[in-house]
Amino acid sequence: MPMIEKNGQKIWQVRDRKAQFIRWAMWFFGTVAFLMAWKVISDGTEWYYVQTAPQAANDIITRAWPPKWGYINKLWGPIWDTVNIATIGTIVSLMLAVPIAFMAARNTTPSMLFVRPLALLVIVASRSVNSLIWALLLVSIVGPGVLAGVVAISIRSIGFCAKLLYEAIEEINETQVEAITATGARPWQVMVYGIVPQIMPSFAGIAVFRWDINIRESTVLGLVGAGGIGLQLNSSLNILSWSQVSLILMVILFAVVISEWVSAKVRGAII
Amino acid sequence: MLELKQLTKTYKTGDQALKAVDLTMPAGQVLALIGPSGAGKSTLIRCVNQLVRPTSGQVFLAGDEVTGLKGNALRRVRRRMGMIFQEYALVERLTVMENVLSGRLGYVGFWRSLFRKFPQKDVDEAYRLLDRVGLLHMADKRADELSGGQRQRVGIARALIQDPALLLVDEPTASLDPKTSRQIMRLIVELCKERGLAAIINIHDVALAQMFVERVVGLKMGAMVFDGGPDDLVPDVLTEVYGEEDWEATIEKVDDDDDADGDA
Amino acid sequence: MSTDLDAIVGKPWKKPSFIKNPALRWGLVILAVVYFYFAFTTIDVNWARIYRGLDRGWQFILGFANPDFTSRWSDIYAGFMESVVMTVASTVAGIAISIPIALGAARNIAPLPVYMVCRFIVSISRALNEIIVAIILVKIFGFGPLAGFLTLSFATIGFLSKLLAEEIESMNMVAPEAIQSTGSSWAQWINFGVQPQVMPRLIGLSMYRLDINFRESAVLGLVGAGGIGATLNTAFDRYEFDSVAAILLIIIVTVMSLEYLSGVIRERIK
Ligand SMILES: Nc1ncnc2c1ncn2[C@@H]1O[C@H](COP(=O)(O)OP(=O)(O)OP(=O)(O)O)[C@@H](O)[C@H]1O
Ligand SMILES: [Mg+2]
Repeated sequence: MPMIEKNGQKIWQVRDRKAQFIRWAMWFFGTVAFLMAWKVISDGTEWYYVQTAPQAANDIITRAWPPKWGYINKLWGPIWDTVNIATIGTIVSLMLAVPIAFMAARNTTPSMLFVRPLALLVIVASRSVNSLIWALLLVSIVGPGVLAGVVAISIRSIGFCAKLLYEAIEEINETQVEAITATGARPWQVMVYGIVPQIMPSFAGIAVFRWDINIRESTVLGLVGAGGIGLQLNSSLNILSWSQVSLILMVILFAVVISEWVSAKVRGAII
Repeated sequence: MLELKQLTKTYKTGDQALKAVDLTMPAGQVLALIGPSGAGKSTLIRCVNQLVRPTSGQVFLAGDEVTGLKGNALRRVRRRMGMIFQEYALVERLTVMENVLSGRLGYVGFWRSLFRKFPQKDVDEAYRLLDRVGLLHMADKRADELSGGQRQRVGIARALIQDPALLLVDEPTASLDPKTSRQIMRLIVELCKERGLAAIINIHDVALAQMFVERVVGLKMGAMVFDGGPDDLVPDVLTEVYGEEDWEATIEKVDDDDDADGDA
Repeated sequence: MSTDLDAIVGKPWKKPSFIKNPALRWGLVILAVVYFYFAFTTIDVNWARIYRGLDRGWQFILGFANPDFTSRWSDIYAGFMESVVMTVASTVAGIAISIPIALGAARNIAPLPVYMVCRFIVSISRALNEIIVAIILVKIFGFGPLAGFLTLSFATIGFLSKLLAEEIESMNMVAPEAIQSTGSSWAQWINFGVQPQVMPRLIGLSMYRLDINFRESAVLGLVGAGGIGATLNTAFDRYEFDSVAAILLIIIVTVMSLEYLSGVIRERIK
């Protein structure tokens, strides 16, 4: 512990001066950044409208309750579509993510100079863009519907799955791979016997984890026309039918709880 | 049978692990490689099957040059050399049977191995080998459920099912208790005798080496400093290999009376 | 054991199945096949529409070869700055609120009633998709970055509190107990016993969340909650794919630099 001498007395200090200074600088800049950001937000806000927020909230709540229970009969189809978008989207993305992950992992990539940067680029591009934006694009390409949702979810999930998977590949035990290589196995056999068994648990975990996330994401894809229950949410919002909106939100919450439960169960069974 | 000519390895980091090693082994000879940590024992073994590419020098197996081979030719040579590892190096999430059968990968096509459709001949041989190492009843257990001694037995079966001419054994007993160590060494040496295999065994335990092998080679700083029979290992030689120490206790003959079939 | 061997040799070998019970195994297989049959048949693929759309897909890809930053630059700049501002403000506010909630949601330091309340807040925040929260907040607070700021802060609370609480629950209790035994106050205890252990994780998670908040801020504009998403949406509506490409490139580059920055910072504090 550093000490400073003051008037002939030794004073113990928890941190040395430099660390102390950095701490204060961080606090200072954090506060300034926040205040500046807040100023911009405040300028962009119509405060007289915000003053009516309590009434607006109150209005929405009174109109949302009770939910229009009968509307549920129109929701079964969209719920089915939503689940399918998430499930098929996850499967397609996994099929594409596996080869990309092998190309991106340092220890399996065919070429550090060309293939790996390319794979990393695909991963970053896919991860940086929200699935709703991908959906927006795909609706304009393949037209509105479930297909756009499936493709959007797939594209968005590739980066996520491939990133986690290639990190798992880089962490495998190399001697197990060497042992298989030493038997005279072909490169593909080394992969199937030496690498795949080692990354199987991570793979299963990633698949279930992403499926769970995709259930949440596919509930809103309909807002831009890419199928699923979001379509109903959008049309209910457009006609300001808050009692339908509240029912849809309850259905979505229920779906999220169920999918979280399923993924926890499956993960428990695998690992 | 195996011949190393001026074998040299310098790692990218600049470590010179092997300095022009010459070694000739006749068929069926079991050789112990001793030497202090970092002497280059593992490097030598790995240069033989080209897991590590030597910087210069040559390796010949039964007259064929191994160094410089690539692709299929390299694979065909590798399957004639079985390798046994210190940390067993079993694929932990595969079953014992799959681990043993993986020794046949050099002989079986990709699709067959993918769907685990090994020829019946290989399956029978795997069963026989598991029986020989005393683990038949464990065939469908996952490798990570086994004890250290049992894993090493599976590792031995995996090396032997390759039908090799040469065994490369890297510290087979370093992770095992003294009794299991001896059982494993005895098993390896017996199997070599039964099948007429040559073997290079890296080992730190000098007494154990003396007990089982017919030839000992000492390596120090990447150079060969001793080559002789187990009885030539006098304290002076050990001082030469390892440095100054009181060696009398180490090389005292250990009684060889424990039960060979004991459970590992 | 040798009798065992005689009985086995010559018999084919099969890898033991992952699911031991054959009825259950085949049941699951059939269930999966049936599900996928119906799932795939409900995807209606309009090939004619796709054929017409392919041209747009191609335009989109061409857009990346020749992104147009200039013609909508003022919109892009304003949207980007709004996104950045929302990201910074909501991350700071989110962290500030998350810390007390995380302390309350950690079972090893919070009393049960507090724990229940904090966990409830965390679950609600995690269950609601950002977009849905944004839609509702836009209806209440009007269009603009305020709704986006509130949405992101709310989402940050769920994310950070949960992970931080898990970190606190799994921390080593020896040091905190030693400090407790000196007769310190609760605040001192948190400051000296708990905080040093979870600080690196808190910084790492905050950086990660900053990254997520930026990505999310890019989409909130679609529902009127401010940020670059509004500009993006307009560009899509007008099929200006070169502007779309420019905006997406800006997003990707920003995310990449944030990721790099957070990697460096996490490396530093390790
Ligand atoms: N992959 C590697 N990269 C760089 N240097 C290495 C590598 N492997 C080994 N070395 C170096 O080569 C030298 C010999 O190492 P080697 O593993 O062959 O020794 P060893 O005799 O097997 O030792 P031990 O008894 O500890 O297993 C050492 O100096 C080591 O640091
Ligand atoms: Mg070694």
